[in-house]
Amino acid sequence: MVSSIPKDQKSILELREFYRQMVLIRKFEEAAAKAYSVGKIGGFLHLYIGQEAVGVGSIAALTPLDYIVSTYRDHGHAIARGLPINALMAELFGKGTGISKGNGGSMHFFDKNAHFMGGHGIVGGHISLAAGIAFASKYKKENSVTICFFGEGAANIGSFHEGLNLAAIWKLPVVFICENNHYAMGTPEYRALAVKDVSIRAVAYDIARDHIEGDEVRKVRDHVKVAVERARRGEGPTLIEVSTYRFRGHSMSDPAKYRTKEELESYKQKDPLHRARTELIQAGVPEKDLDQLDQEILTQVDDSYRFAEESPEPPLSQLYQHVYAEDK
Amino acid sequence: MAILTYREALNRAMVEEMEKDPSIYLMGEEVGHYQGAYKVSQGMLERFGEARVIDTPISENGFAGVGVGSAMVGLRPIIEFMTWNFSLVAIDQIINSAAKMNYMSGGQFPMPIVFRGAGGVGGRLGAQHSQAFESWYAHVPGLKVIAPATPKDAYGLLKSSIRDNNPTIFIESEVLYGVKGEVPEEEFSIPLGKAEVKRKGTDLTIVTWSRAFLFAEEAAKELEKEGISIEILDLRSLRPLDETAILESVKKTNKVLIIEEGWPVAGFGAQIAYLIQKNAFDYLDHPVERVTQRDVPMSYAANLERETLPNVERVIQSIREILK
Repeated sequence: MVSSIPKDQKSILELREFYRQMVLIRKFEEAAAKAYSVGKIGGFLHLYIGQEAVGVGSIAALTPLDYIVSTYRDHGHAIARGLPINALMAELFGKGTGISKGNGGSMHFFDKNAHFMGGHGIVGGHISLAAGIAFASKYKKENSVTICFFGEGAANIGSFHEGLNLAAIWKLPVVFICENNHYAMGTPEYRALAVKDVSIRAVAYDIARDHIEGDEVRKVRDHVKVAVERARRGEGPTLIEVSTYRFRGHSMSDPAKYRTKEELESYKQKDPLHRARTELIQAGVPEKDLDQLDQEILTQVDDSYRFAEESPEPPLSQLYQHVYAEDK
Repeated sequence: MAILTYREALNRAMVEEMEKDPSIYLMGEEVGHYQGAYKVSQGMLERFGEARVIDTPISENGFAGVGVGSAMVGLRPIIEFMTWNFSLVAIDQIINSAAKMNYMSGGQFPMPIVFRGAGGVGGRLGAQHSQAFESWYAHVPGLKVIAPATPKDAYGLLKSSIRDNNPTIFIESEVLYGVKGEVPEEEFSIPLGKAEVKRKGTDLTIVTWSRAFLFAEEAAKELEKEGISIEILDLRSLRPLDETAILESVKKTNKVLIIEEGWPVAGFGAQIAYLIQKNAFDYLDHPVERVTQRDVPMSYAANLERETLPNVERVIQSIREILK
């Protein structure tokens, strides 16, 4: 069926799907922010708003057998991977129906079946885990590629350097994607990075590198695809730096006073959702159609909110479950 | 019955398990071409090849993380730390990744990984190379902590650790590597979490593990000449802990001395003492005592190091005071 669709039509459908995913992420997180502000979500809540094109574009370059390793800012990656938003919202609410049974929370979404290998809360610690998953693919002679997201703040920690070095010497099938949003919590990159272009660090490990702007979802997909294919051919890892921006603070508790309104506004001009929407309209998709899509997504998110609210908390009997795995 | 060194027993356990299960691999610094910094992996590179006996650069945090990541997708890594002193740069991966992965994912990711290597104190290695970290790791839910004292236990417990679906901290005693002992020829394993009464007695129980067991044994032999009957309980496993075995022995002898190579403050012996007073208070004829490393970093000077370490004399002295 799909092959009978003309190429430009296919590309419009594809962009429409990316747009749908990006809107879903944004609306999901706007609902999460609302739930947080009324105390339904606890702990930290790090929103991905503004960075949607990076996760959606990158994950679109993968097959279902490839692996994704994420950070504490993991909602966007999880939704782009197609994890059920009811279970994600329920996880934020700390409910037993959550994707990690309520044991994980915002920073620890996991879905083994979807090869979504977790949101991890220690900055940069997960970079060597990603190398390990890629190591296992190579060990088992499977064709899977692992992609690992992290921020520019993580590029200064030992695990980044050790993970890249090990991946390089063993030519592991892994793509390291640095989502450079220019602030590690409240610390701007110029105060933290001796060399501001993170991708240059690839040179130190003799691996491939790439550097792109992260506001155009298809461009992200195309660049990541090149790296994924390189990894799949056994030619080793790539470090890709994607320049992006978070419209909100580091977390819900951060008013982000360390940056100017002008700076934020200039990045909002490059909102990836707006860009995709404009491109779709220019390609002839009626605005009405997109409005309807937005509305459908809102309904879906509302449903997830209701599902999370109505779901039971995990039973207290779960407290001691899963500390250890069941015996073989 | 074969006579094997502690080191050979560990080697035999790994070789046998790796021959049965291709998902097991050994990774660490110098484990392959160098044949192991302490020769525990002698001959394994030749037997299993570079794909399964993997030399790493010096990067404990990195390769511990690689081990954890690979265990998430079904491999069963044995990660060797050249010494446990170096595990501290990997402790984030051990605690924040390995110990918690199954729990924080709601049971989706079992963690069949063994972290093993040389531990213990002594040998004039100075402050950074002479430390006992059992208590540190035993503090963390999600980890299992094993510290064998004999070649037989080293063999049987390492096999169980490799087969276990949970992250195991397997602390070998550097001083014990060359110690010989009987190990049955036929294959066997020892369940994790079972202590063993290594010596039966009636006057006092020594609770101990790893190399400190040797101090206990020697002290017991010495005191036997005076008609004092010491029971020695070798815990072997700190997590899971065989509380029943401890309490049974205490109820029999009514007096307890704990010997450990680690520091006293927040040490594992303190946890044992708590359990005993909580569950066998009425059986105690004397407060629970401990012989531990002194509460200082290790000195290089021979006399100061001697003063810092637990030893047979201190054990005997402590027992005499308890029995007075």
